[in-house]
Amino acid sequence: MSWITARRRHRASGYAVVLLGLAAIAVMYASVTGQGSQAAASAPSVSGQSIAEGKFLFSQDCSSCHGLEAQGTSLAPSLIGAGAAAVDFQMSTGRMPAKEPGAEMDRRPDVFSQKQIYEIASYIGSLGGGPAIPDAAQVSSSGANVGLGQELFAANCAACHSIDGAGGALTYGKYAPALSQATPTQIYEAMQTGPEAMPVFDDGAVTPSEKRDIIAYVTGTRSEPNPGGFSLGRIGPVTEGIVAWIGGIGLLVLAAMWITAKRREEA
Amino acid sequence: MSSQDGQAVPPKALTGLGGFLDDRFRGARGVRTFFKKIFPDHWTFLLGEIALYSFIILLLTGTFLALFFKPSMTDVIYHGTYTRLDGVRMSEAYASTLNISFDVRGGLLMRQIHHWAADLFMAAIFAHMLRIFFTGAYRKPRDVNWLIGIVLLTLGMLEGLFGYSLPDDLLSGTGLRILEGVILGIPIVGTYLSFFLFGGQFPGNDIIPRLYVIHVLLIPGLILGLIAAHLFIMFHQKHTQMPGKGRTEKNVVGAPMYPYFMAKTGAFFFFVFGVLALLSTVAQINPIWLYGPYNPVSISAGSQPDFYMGFLEGTLRISPSWTWDLAGHTVAWNVLFPALVPLGLLLTGAALWPFIERWATGDYAEHNVNDRPRNAPTRTAIGVAAVAFYSIMLLEGANDLIADHLDIPLYTITWIARFAVFLGPALAYFLTKRICLGLQRKDRDLLEHGLETGIIRQMPDGEFVEIHRPVSEEKRAVLLSKKEPVALPAPGAADENDIPAPATRGLAGKLRATANRVITESVPLTGGNGHGNGHGNGHGGSHGDEAERAAVGAPHSPVADGDVAAPGTVARDNGQQSGDAGS
Ligand code: HEC
Ligand code: HEC
Ligand code: HEM
Repeated sequence: MSWITARRRHRASGYAVVLLGLAAIAVMYASVTGQGSQAAASAPSVSGQSIAEGKFLFSQDCSSCHGLEAQGTSLAPSLIGAGAAAVDFQMSTGRMPAKEPGAEMDRRPDVFSQKQIYEIASYIGSLGGGPAIPDAAQVSSSGANVGLGQELFAANCAACHSIDGAGGALTYGKYAPALSQATPTQIYEAMQTGPEAMPVFDDGAVTPSEKRDIIAYVTGTRSEPNPGGFSLGRIGPVTEGIVAWIGGIGLLVLAAMWITAKRREEA
Repeated sequence: MSSQDGQAVPPKALTGLGGFLDDRFRGARGVRTFFKKIFPDHWTFLLGEIALYSFIILLLTGTFLALFFKPSMTDVIYHGTYTRLDGVRMSEAYASTLNISFDVRGGLLMRQIHHWAADLFMAAIFAHMLRIFFTGAYRKPRDVNWLIGIVLLTLGMLEGLFGYSLPDDLLSGTGLRILEGVILGIPIVGTYLSFFLFGGQFPGNDIIPRLYVIHVLLIPGLILGLIAAHLFIMFHQKHTQMPGKGRTEKNVVGAPMYPYFMAKTGAFFFFVFGVLALLSTVAQINPIWLYGPYNPVSISAGSQPDFYMGFLEGTLRISPSWTWDLAGHTVAWNVLFPALVPLGLLLTGAALWPFIERWATGDYAEHNVNDRPRNAPTRTAIGVAAVAFYSIMLLEGANDLIADHLDIPLYTITWIARFAVFLGPALAYFLTKRICLGLQRKDRDLLEHGLETGIIRQMPDGEFVEIHRPVSEEKRAVLLSKKEPVALPAPGAADENDIPAPATRGLAGKLRATANRVITESVPLTGGNGHGNGHGNGHGGSHGDEAERAAVGAPHSPVADGDVAAPGTVARDNGQQSGDAGS
């Protein structure tokens, strides 16, 4: 502390205290939540032409892992019956085509055009049904019951994705991603197809209208402003504790040093 | 009182009021002593004040919240301003907290100040306690206040836990669920106790009204009483002070209460309030509307308690799933052990430490001048080890967030923590002790040879020496404040009558002698300019000053690890030392 003792009576020390204080507050700026795009896609029209295009694209980009007839290999599962929704989800979130097998495929920028994705999806859909890509009305939040969506999300999704959608760790290096980017269509498709460690929530478990409620809750939560100030990342008491120590105790210790440093002139 | 300077005269208005009161209540003498009370000028003496002022702010904001909060678990269907929860079934407690946050004017600010103040209160208590520990300010006669402090810390944790549970949101319910689990884990009576506390099956309808009474009445009352006792005792015993020039066991150097300290502490109250207001306006805390009402079938990833309970969360997460089946009763070690043992060890250890230290050092004297942490290496090392233990548990309590944000598999973190919780404190102890002894050695050199100036001079005989400047008087007083620990007689050592000293006999005697040997490890200062001792044995290499002329041949004094500093090797004859060990 002797360096402080030496300098605290310096003329600039008051400013230094204020600056350090501001720096401490800056920590609170550190975490800002991202906002996702909310564009809802319209379902593709399925024609023989697009299925053929899709089969061609699939043989080029996907067959090395999933097999020429999408029958699956030792590297990747069969896609027969996986459904168009699964392809649209996996490709539009950039998870497929996979780069290398890891603990979990991360969300990445998609590399294919929406048209190409629809073509491959049509092809896979033609192989044996499975969930179809939802249309705009199925994923629309208008008129949805957000309150019910909250209850459904708390009961079905919060255990993995956390109640405010911040995401969370699962075992063995897996994780449930933050729901800050998924589009309404992707949220719907995720429920329909249950990617990786996520369970499938088919229409029997969560009805189509409940799916809209959940979508409305997820998209509404992330775009909701924070009436109390900076969100601190919306990850709960951990960041609050850090801020209490750095911003609270930290600032006050500086203030205490400053106050006690101004010794009165010795008589 | 050594400080006679600066006898400020209170302004007329105040003396007039004083005269008025004195004529009626005869309080002038007391007030005058109060005004003349001396407070040491050191920032660490204000840590406790942060806690005090946060508590006052908690009382004020808590009272405001209590005007609007409904401690009831009756179900209501919400149709309030916060439309995102429209039509959701929730308890009145939760609905009224939404109401405070969104409808009561200034309600959200008050909630946020209350919660930030709770965090600050606990953080300040921890910081304050560490200051007291590392400077040895808990020693006789302040050991009673140390114990009160530990009770205050415990009460603060409980108060925070219960307050956190009041709004009945998803996180608070999860906390209560863990509490229920711990109670259920108590063998035989657990189920009965849980039914008693919750008024039936969890969560029931009673727990929030009950916690409410405890939170707004019982514990604040206890805390208030204990704080009063704490301050009264502190006032009566006077502050300790950091070692320095003119500071002795019998005086307190600093500023008198009036006007200096009053101005400072008054200003400091507003600093505390200002920081809390700042935090509460810019940083959102406990956004219960995002968490939704508690529902026993739901749980959220990333559920954490406030930081002051994070230690317990960590002990729970680190614990292997051990259970016993005893005559039809399950003993759930996996929750009982983490809930009770590590925190129990820390708190009991902290409570007993002043007495253990006294027993091991044989130092029963009163102490009013603080130790520099380096001058009590074993205590400092134990303290740092405890902090390491605590921090590892705290981090483990956030293992899922660490896993998620740093991309480390969850179980890997838990396994690292399981080892670190033993190795970390051991390493911390070892390193801290070495560092302290190293600093002591540095101090001794400073005292003996002064500061290196970097100026090299050639002597007539051709030798090169570096010029050293003696340390300043203030610094010298600080260095000389070190009190050499006194070694107890070795186990079985005979006294002058050839009888082993009673204190060294038996198992307790052996234990004490061992503890004594560890705790008295020290690098003795040699007095004044005596150049008394050589450069230690084996550690002398740290000097690296070939050019320096040290008087050699002086008796070797024990420096090395594990050596006992024999009493009387230290001669401090310069009359500068700040006070006597005894008084
Ligand atoms: C590097 C190998 C690899 C490539 C190339 C690849 N995949 Fe995959 N794919 C996998 C693996 C491994 C899985 C299983 C892991 C998972 O579910 O994420 C998978 C899973 C899927 C699934 C989910 C299956 C289900 O049952 O839900 C779909 C759909 C999919 N892939 C489509 C595609 C498409 C379309 C392409 C080409 C654009 C493609 N994949 C390219 C390895 C690959
Ligand atoms: C058992 C844990 C678990 C539950 C429960 C769960 N999810 Fe998931 N979710 C996951 C995992 C793991 C992934 C990542 C899948 C991948 O990487 O292929 C995921 C991915 C998602 C995605 C894609 C996110 C993105 O940005 O790419 C959405 C959207 C989603 N989940 C929504 C939901 C909804 C809505 C619910 C409740 C109805 C839910 N999840 C329940 C584990 C879960
Ligand atoms: C050491 C003292 C105290 C601590 C540590 C403490 C802590 C807390 C905490 C952490 C909460 C949760 C706040 C939130 O919703 O985010 C809370 C709520 C509450 N506290 Fe306190 N408190 C203390 C003293 C008091 C006192 C003295 C009162 C009343 C006189 C009080 C009244 C309340 C009320 C009514 C609530 C619920 C309202 C709400 O959650 O918004 N508290 N307390």
